[in-house]
Amino acid sequence: MKTFKIGGVHPAENKLSAAEPIKVAELPKIAVFPVSQHIGAPAKPVVQKGDKVKVGQVIAEAGGFVSAPIHSSVSGTVQKTDTVIDASGYKKTAIYISVEGDEWEPGIDRTTNLVTLADRPELTPKDIISKVQAAGIVGMGGACFPCHVKLSPPPGSKPEWVIINAVECEPYLTADHRLMLEHPDEILVGVTLLMKAVGVDKAFIGIENNKPDAIDLMTEKAKAYHGIEVVTLKVKYPQGGEKQLIDAVVGRQVPAPPALPVSVGAILQNVGTAFAIYEAVMKNKPLFERVVTVTGKSLAHPANLMVRMGTPMSQLIDACGGLPEDTGKVIGGGPMMGKALLDTEVPICKGSSGVLIMNDKESKRCQAENCIRCGKCVGACPMGLEPYLLSALAEHHDWDACEKEDIPSCIECGSCQFTCPSHRPLLDLIRMGKSTVMGIIRQRNAK
Amino acid sequence: MANKLTISLSPHIHGGDSVKKNMYGVCLALLPALLCSFYFFGLGAVAVTAVSVASCIFFEWAIGKYMLRLPHPTVTDGSAILTGLLLAFNLPANIPLWIVVIGALFAIGVVKMTFGGLGCNLFNPALAGRAFLLISFPVQMTTWPTPNLPFLTIADAAIDGQTSATPLAVMKLVAKGEATINDLGTSITDMLMGNTGGCIGEVSALAIIIGLVYLLSRRIITWHIPVSILLTVFVFAGLMHLASPTAYVAPQYHLLSGGLLLGAVFMATDYVTSPMTPKGQIIYGVAIGLLTVVIRTWGAYPEGMSFAILIMNAFTPLINNYCKPQRFGERQAVAKEGGKK
Repeated sequence: MKTFKIGGVHPAENKLSAAEPIKVAELPKIAVFPVSQHIGAPAKPVVQKGDKVKVGQVIAEAGGFVSAPIHSSVSGTVQKTDTVIDASGYKKTAIYISVEGDEWEPGIDRTTNLVTLADRPELTPKDIISKVQAAGIVGMGGACFPCHVKLSPPPGSKPEWVIINAVECEPYLTADHRLMLEHPDEILVGVTLLMKAVGVDKAFIGIENNKPDAIDLMTEKAKAYHGIEVVTLKVKYPQGGEKQLIDAVVGRQVPAPPALPVSVGAILQNVGTAFAIYEAVMKNKPLFERVVTVTGKSLAHPANLMVRMGTPMSQLIDACGGLPEDTGKVIGGGPMMGKALLDTEVPICKGSSGVLIMNDKESKRCQAENCIRCGKCVGACPMGLEPYLLSALAEHHDWDACEKEDIPSCIECGSCQFTCPSHRPLLDLIRMGKSTVMGIIRQRNAK
Repeated sequence: MANKLTISLSPHIHGGDSVKKNMYGVCLALLPALLCSFYFFGLGAVAVTAVSVASCIFFEWAIGKYMLRLPHPTVTDGSAILTGLLLAFNLPANIPLWIVVIGALFAIGVVKMTFGGLGCNLFNPALAGRAFLLISFPVQMTTWPTPNLPFLTIADAAIDGQTSATPLAVMKLVAKGEATINDLGTSITDMLMGNTGGCIGEVSALAIIIGLVYLLSRRIITWHIPVSILLTVFVFAGLMHLASPTAYVAPQYHLLSGGLLLGAVFMATDYVTSPMTPKGQIIYGVAIGLLTVVIRTWGAYPEGMSFAILIMNAFTPLINNYCKPQRFGERQAVAKEGGKK
């Protein structure tokens, strides 16, 4: 079975909500839309206080090429433009809309019948990319990189394959898994759209073998589409990292930054993104809702919910049985790379794949001890780095040495810290070192 | 509600490994060898082991508390017990107990705590303690009791003078031409089971191999260091034996005698003093294997394992510096450049 070659760990999977069908979450009373839900320039608000909006209407337009517009997920009245603390923990400009009814833009096709590429032969790659751009689609695995930018590779690069990330290697999360089980055809049509957009005739869908039902279903359904192959992968974290997935599926390693995946011929998209692309191109539906896994060992009813953007997480938690008594930590995303939240009023954004509730005991870190130089972090690092060394160098502010030891290559997957017997805060220190070194490199390049 | 939530950076979960689990895991792996030594050397081995472990724990606790003033006591992490066990394993069962205490003080006090405690030492504490005692008390350190009926009294073992030359000492005489291979007098089976002269922990090869299997199955150590040491010794000693079967003993005697197995499995694999990467570990293992055979054959001491490991401990930082793991994308970059040319 295929997997990536260097490092990796295997955390307890804890896919508590894997058997829970996707349920539609209730509409919020007030929806909050941060204008920066993606990598790149923030979107610019185009609505005023008091404006009436419909579901799917643009409320903030893209602030540049590397940016994405924001669409309202609800119908109602614009209350104010203010700030909100989003899942990143930073204050961001946000549009508040009070919800009235559920009136959609008339152009959106709300039927469930499947539209394939054969039904729309007139679509050109350009059409697809501009639809994707207008629909505000970003990478839905969590990175939130504007999708149309990835579909417009720099001149001179030659895409060979589309690789769909259906790995969902984060423990607990099941949103992508459920999406594959319930909307396989939509996803596959989305993949054909991606293939057409970048002009390749081969696509791989990488799925880890802890989801045999999804592998079987997708393999069966993919027979009807030319050039799409499902690749079964051995369960190993962080297989969902784009470099690791490319290595696992086609056996090529993307060189160190600033090289892009396309430099080895791969265009990567998340399986949720493929679904969103289908809806945007074939159903004229912009990205304003997504599947979110709400889970945790103490939570009464872990679930997968179809959630409108801007819904506060607290509402989803209430829908799953309420915040448990022993809650110690609420995480936006999965336990390996997600962010701990200040409070549960954070709105769901395009990149929110899950809400994870951890109990008091799980939330506390153990006392760090001396490094015993066991080398387990070196064995776990999927980038072939030496976390023990990088963390020590960062602790001593030796930025030159950090750069020499390739600290910018760190993908912050946390495998080193997960595996450390001395419970050392390896990734905390490496992050600090990485961001400092990246700053130094930027300054040097600017001169 | 809001202020009750814990905020920390990812990752939010931990694999559950700990220093304690590793240290006590190694202690558990030493158990078969320990029981064998009790069987073959009786109460003498029990006394030496008990004194060694107790004094290592005491010195770790006292130095940590009164000299380093550590905020968190490190005595419970299991590393002092492990050092105590390993030190005892490297001593003859009839050694005077006060010498054991001095060895423990040197191992914990000088070699470990002076550098900052667990993780900071340059040399393996137990081996450095043994080397210190070997140089300071050469007679007591090389007077070996012969394994006899189980449970000799301490007095028996110490006073009776039932001592014998170890297979290694005979091997050295063979190499000098002062004895013949027939003088070894110990069969391979005896060496495998432990029915031969030697230090407390090193006599039963089989018990150590059981420990090795346990360590590998728990993934406390990887195969790289022990296998590279053993293979190197086998090949190097084997070539010498082929060149001159009368001057050099067969490689299986090297493998099963003295501290080679004990060292390869429990000493050279010490986390703190061995290299980090598999590549580095193999270089380290091969060098230890070569040095051991060289010292055993041509050196002043009959046993070369402990010195070989200590010498390579000193090279570990250098090995770490030069044996980097292969970075992600490196192979691709090399292949591409090669392709362009």
